[in-house]
Amino acid sequence: MKHFSTILNHEIRMLLVSSSTYIAAVLFLIVMGFIFSGVLENYSTAAQETSPAAVFFQLFWLPVFFMVPLLTMKCLAEERRLGTLETLLTAPVSTTEVVLGKYFAAYFLYILLWASTGGFFYILHRFADDVRFLDFGPLLGGYLFIAVSGLLYVALGVFASSLSRNQAVAGILAFTLLFGVIIGLRFVSTLEVLNLESMEPLRAAVDYSMVFRHLEDFTRGVVDTRQLLFYLSGSVLALIFSILGVEAKLIHS
Amino acid sequence: MSAESPAIEVHDLVKIYSGHTAVSKISFTVARGEILGFLGPNGAGKSTTMRILTGYLPATAGQVSVCGVPVASRSDEIKKLIGYMPENNPLPEDMRVSEYLHYRGRLKEIPRRKLAVRLDEVLELCDLTRVRHRIIGKLSKGFRQRVGIAEAILAEPPVIIMDEPTIGLDPHQILIVRDLIASLRGRMTVIISSHILPEIEMTCDRVLIINQGRVVATGTPADLRRKVFGQARYNLEISGDVAAALPATLTAVEPTLHVAETGEPDAAGFRKLTLTSTRDDDLGTALLHSLAADPRFRVRALHRSQPSLEEVFLAATKRGWETLDAPASK
Repeated sequence: MKHFSTILNHEIRMLLVSSSTYIAAVLFLIVMGFIFSGVLENYSTAAQETSPAAVFFQLFWLPVFFMVPLLTMKCLAEERRLGTLETLLTAPVSTTEVVLGKYFAAYFLYILLWASTGGFFYILHRFADDVRFLDFGPLLGGYLFIAVSGLLYVALGVFASSLSRNQAVAGILAFTLLFGVIIGLRFVSTLEVLNLESMEPLRAAVDYSMVFRHLEDFTRGVVDTRQLLFYLSGSVLALIFSILGVEAKLIHS
Repeated sequence: MSAESPAIEVHDLVKIYSGHTAVSKISFTVARGEILGFLGPNGAGKSTTMRILTGYLPATAGQVSVCGVPVASRSDEIKKLIGYMPENNPLPEDMRVSEYLHYRGRLKEIPRRKLAVRLDEVLELCDLTRVRHRIIGKLSKGFRQRVGIAEAILAEPPVIIMDEPTIGLDPHQILIVRDLIASLRGRMTVIISSHILPEIEMTCDRVLIINQGRVVATGTPADLRRKVFGQARYNLEISGDVAAALPATLTAVEPTLHVAETGEPDAAGFRKLTLTSTRDDDLGTALLHSLAADPRFRVRALHRSQPSLEEVFLAATKRGWETLDAPASK
């Protein structure tokens, strides 16, 4: 792990000097700003039971679907297409260091983008002059959920990128994987088959991995270690598969 | 990593890509400080062999060791012993030259203090000082190629492997690259591959010609000429009674000397002849003396023809085809 920090520094630097990062950040903030002002508009017309933060984070999947593929599709696919993966791997670094360096750089940017939406809440707090609008519990829980679930989402994106040399394919694949995890499981849970007694274990597993339920728990302030474990083990698994993906491509190239 | 072991030892190397044999039973050794040229037509297995040497690709069978360290089992150590420039010299488009070299230097574990000094040295050596702050994607091909070479020699590894370092360069740039490689002679072991034959001939101590995944010839360029053609050739321009009197005169000079080809006489009556002999030392002076002394002949020109490496290459790769086809037809 000697070179992990070198690669991480390099990757973050490359992200920060690239204009596409800033374009993505601006677009992300515009979309999130619209969502946020839409939420506030609802609050101004009628009283609501939940805090604005909880409603705001309900829509977290929208930016995840386009931001995560955009952030991660390039990382390994582009290196492979340009051939720079060969120069990188013939230097004294291991595949694990390369994949982890790229993963954490993408994760860093993902968190940075989400952290910038904290500005919305600051503006609300500053100008609304109403303490009730800024309920710290759901806000903190929401951001914690974003940080924890982001581990898995970015890892899935990196995995998709390790499978292809084409950025577009990697992007679509990442989108599909994310869709499967976030929305797909919800469809599966509504299947009638799962109500059968013999399907009990499967039903428990699906219930356990319902992303929206996790979000609800987090915003209510419940941090369940089983849910943390779900995201952590999921990301570790996805990263192991990414490393294997890169190495398998070399063996069978 | 003992000092006595040769820089590179390859023994019965085989690489099979999903049923297609890219390299079959190649064996060779490279001494320390030697510059070895890898020659072969496209798809001969040059790049594959180089990639296996760097530990980037696993071999199907055979043993490869660099400075006495086996590549297959200790690839982490191998990566520190080798500076590698892959085919087509892939470089990141959006970095500055000095940034890129600094990053590579850090990956190659050059201590921070030494890196700044070494960076200046390498930039100077590769004549890149002028462009050190330019973005790599905007550099011309010649500069990019030199950035690749600078990267390979950056950590001063004992072995440098370059896959077609002069491809796509203009003659002036080729000259610079050639001087650069020659300046490494004795300090580092260098393997370069190329199809540009004069290039290899001028820079390399030894040449290895491979075709269809096999070594078809190896040796110094002079050795190869002898091995592949097995004879020395002389070009003679002469007038007189060539058919009747000449063979006797030639035999008097050297028994193995005879006329291989006879051309048509030109307007002045001179014919161009090609003579061959198995004697390797120069027969030119003796031949000229005896021909000049003989009143039946008038000699206009005589010189020993050096087959170019190109001819050697064509002959060797053709021979490779024949030897390969022979066992298959049995």
